Amino acid sequence: MPPVLELKGITKRFPGVLANDHIDLRLEEGHVLSLLGENGAGKSTLMNILYGLYSQDEGDIYIRGENVAINTPNDAIRQGIGMVHQHFMLVPVLTVTENVMLGMESMKRAGFLDRETSANRIREISDRYGLEVDPDAVVEDLPVGIQQRVEIIKLLYRNADILILDEPTAVLTPQEVEGLFDVIHTLVALGKSVIFISHKLKEVLEISDRIVVLRRGRVVGSTTPVESDERDLATMMVGRDVILSVAKMPREPEAVVLNVRSLFVRGDQAKMAVNGISFEVRGGEILGVAGVQGNGQTELVEALTGLRAVEGGRIMIAGEDTTHASPRTITEVGTAHIPEDRQRDGLVLDYPVEDNMILNTYYLPPQAKGMVMQEAVIAERAENLVAEYDVRTPSISTPTGNLSGGNQQKVIVARELSRPVRLLIASQPTRGLDVGSIEYIHSQLVRKRDEGVAVFVISAELDEVMSLSDRIMVMFEGKIMGTVSAVGATKEELGLLMAGVAPETATMTS
Amino acid sequence: MTVAQVTPRSQRRARTMGIFFCLVSLSILLLFMPSTQPGQTTTFAFTERSSNALGIADMVFRTRVGLYLMALVAIFAGGWQLTKGFERVNVVLGLVVGAFVLAFLAWAARGQSMNMTGMIKSSLLRAIPITLAALSGVMCERCGVVNIGIEGMMLSGAFFAALFGSITDSAWLGLLAAMIGGGLMAALLAVLAIRYKVNQIIAGTAINILATGLTSYFSSRYLQKYAELNNPATFSPIPLPGLSKIPIVGPALFNHTLLVYLTLILVVVIQIMLYYTRWGLRTRAVGEHPRAADTLGVNVFLTRYVNVISGGLIAGLGGAYLVLSSVARFDELMTAGKGFIGLAAMIFGKWNPVGALGSSLIFGFADALQTKLAILAVPIPSQFLLMAPYLVTIVALAGVVGRSRTPAADGVPYEKS
Repeated sequence: MPPVLELKGITKRFPGVLANDHIDLRLEEGHVLSLLGENGAGKSTLMNILYGLYSQDEGDIYIRGENVAINTPNDAIRQGIGMVHQHFMLVPVLTVTENVMLGMESMKRAGFLDRETSANRIREISDRYGLEVDPDAVVEDLPVGIQQRVEIIKLLYRNADILILDEPTAVLTPQEVEGLFDVIHTLVALGKSVIFISHKLKEVLEISDRIVVLRRGRVVGSTTPVESDERDLATMMVGRDVILSVAKMPREPEAVVLNVRSLFVRGDQAKMAVNGISFEVRGGEILGVAGVQGNGQTELVEALTGLRAVEGGRIMIAGEDTTHASPRTITEVGTAHIPEDRQRDGLVLDYPVEDNMILNTYYLPPQAKGMVMQEAVIAERAENLVAEYDVRTPSISTPTGNLSGGNQQKVIVARELSRPVRLLIASQPTRGLDVGSIEYIHSQLVRKRDEGVAVFVISAELDEVMSLSDRIMVMFEGKIMGTVSAVGATKEELGLLMAGVAPETATMTS
Repeated sequence: MTVAQVTPRSQRRARTMGIFFCLVSLSILLLFMPSTQPGQTTTFAFTERSSNALGIADMVFRTRVGLYLMALVAIFAGGWQLTKGFERVNVVLGLVVGAFVLAFLAWAARGQSMNMTGMIKSSLLRAIPITLAALSGVMCERCGVVNIGIEGMMLSGAFFAALFGSITDSAWLGLLAAMIGGGLMAALLAVLAIRYKVNQIIAGTAINILATGLTSYFSSRYLQKYAELNNPATFSPIPLPGLSKIPIVGPALFNHTLLVYLTLILVVVIQIMLYYTRWGLRTRAVGEHPRAADTLGVNVFLTRYVNVISGGLIAGLGGAYLVLSSVARFDELMTAGKGFIGLAAMIFGKWNPVGALGSSLIFGFADALQTKLAILAVPIPSQFLLMAPYLVTIVALAGVVGRSRTPAADGVPYEKS
């Protein structure tokens, strides 16, 4: 029997870039095929060709042995191909039913929409594949994980049997990832075939039947989870040996830099999100915060950096009371901040790289003389930082939004760390980044720690917290469940704390 | 550890509302009472000279009694709001504002007579072109194209209506020509905004300037010279059988030209189509998240072309109304900002046809009121009275509406990746 999908010699050129170079791919029915590759390796381009959003310059697409032409998304839908895009394609103000039926509306007589019939079909699909969702809910009210379900339902509603999931886990919490994997297992068990695009090695090894690795637009390897491990895959993906664990030497902590006492911070829903917590971070140590997202970490960071009002308690940074200080004052006492949402809070995406590099120091000499910006100084500084921090950009005048996620993050890191800092607050510093960039960001955090900076890292990835930190603080419902030394901490122990269970055995330091 | 007490926003708003009601009451007493003589009376008339509706007696009352009554309503609402609180405070707000307006009318017409039926009728008539402009805006903006050129489209429509209505001596052909005139301008906007991705504010402004220039030129060159080119056939009022005989509202609402009825029907039809048909669902999706619609096979460009040009047809209708239903001639710049007030009505009505009609009626009322007050010789300078509709526009946009929600992709050209 021919494979359900076969790509032969797909080639796509963009001005100056060979995005896909004669790519061959086979997807067997009922299998999960993973496409692994760093950002910019050509995964998304390939899938956009398959979904009819781009057209290939060369090569053929075969569906069940038959050569097909796919020029528009409609062609793809007709061939049973469906795609969940990395950035969801949902209309926030419409209901689940409206989003799902859009473009394929069931109609009553006289040209009226038949929402009932569509809603019932959605319920059927929900039951069959274990994708629980309320058809009448408005999409913008739903959490990200549920929105993703809606996306999958959209495909199944159109009877897709080849499902492309583009970086589906990038936006999910660990719990939601588990849920997604359950759904994928159900889909495959019921005869669907899945293409899973990712750069997360663990996930790919867990979910795939076959793994195809792309690098710089070419297939550089094809393997199975049984035949390979993380190290092999990382090497294939990046093209050189990669250090997966963080290398760091033991170091004696110095004086307290960040001192937080009985801090209360309100969340968006007027409830206390941070509930009277006290902790300190010393120079030369990394304190990592573990916890399921939404337990007050975001609000805590916003309060520390002056972006959210403090309701009660005290924050001292490098001996100065910054409880109610402005973000600029907090920056000036020597705080660097790598924000959680780099595109929303970290960068002005339309600004060129050089301007993003001086967002926190633009008013200081030598960047400014009085009220006049010193273009030459700014450009030179940007050139140096781009070289020093290995930012891959065509030029310093390229809009930062055009860079890949990893390079955007490097712009932030360069800006924040290229001046004397005492405290570094890094929130989800590697979210959505590829292996090479993660390695780089980690090494920068450790370098700062070794220089005597107090480093405060918040991450939803438990592995990251465990490998980076000297001490680990676990937050649950706005409180600190416990603080443990990273040496000897186990996932089980931390997992219990994250779930709000305080075992007697947890060694309380601090 | 004490936690600062923070009053939730909703509570603060409720209190402000209560205080506002009391202030309304106070201002009725302070503004209107002193200049009212104890024995003066106000007459509200409810008949119209030309109508054949069943008569109803005029309402005559002592002005001071009326003022006290309205002040009482407002102070009661304020007291209740401050102590117990209303559940649907916006309805009460409408009521209190209504009381203030009634008090104002009673004061303005003290010692004289005010024709309420005439007021309602005149408000409606003045609201019609604004409503059509707002509907045109709804059609365009719901699919993501900002249309600031409605004024120009209306002006073109009015010009075509006058010209072709005169040449053919048929109001119907004039109407058709007006729609084509508006539609052509809209097609230009569509090509600029959709095909060439020109900034939509600039494209719309260009259309306004173009329409002003062209119509003024041809009008002064031909229409003013040859009177037979500027003397279109008009639509005459059609009293709806039965309904037009209802006292008070009959002559005010059910004795109008075809275009008035057509506008009201359009409001309902577009409202229903927007929320219950395939076209409506696709239009809203394209206006909110065009790429999502595109990935599901919806033709974003086609949807936008169809909607923008339909919007132009409706704006043309608005121009036709000015010529074929009221003055029966074209004058330079005769739209006088109605297209822009229509845009405000669209926003005030939260991009919904019915909301747009409601807010157009408010603007229409403000407009009708200022004319009436000028006749009653109210001691307010006429320049200030002329400002009334625009003041209401500004206040409505700034204050009462608060944050209404623009379609997310409004004004953003769509580019295929």
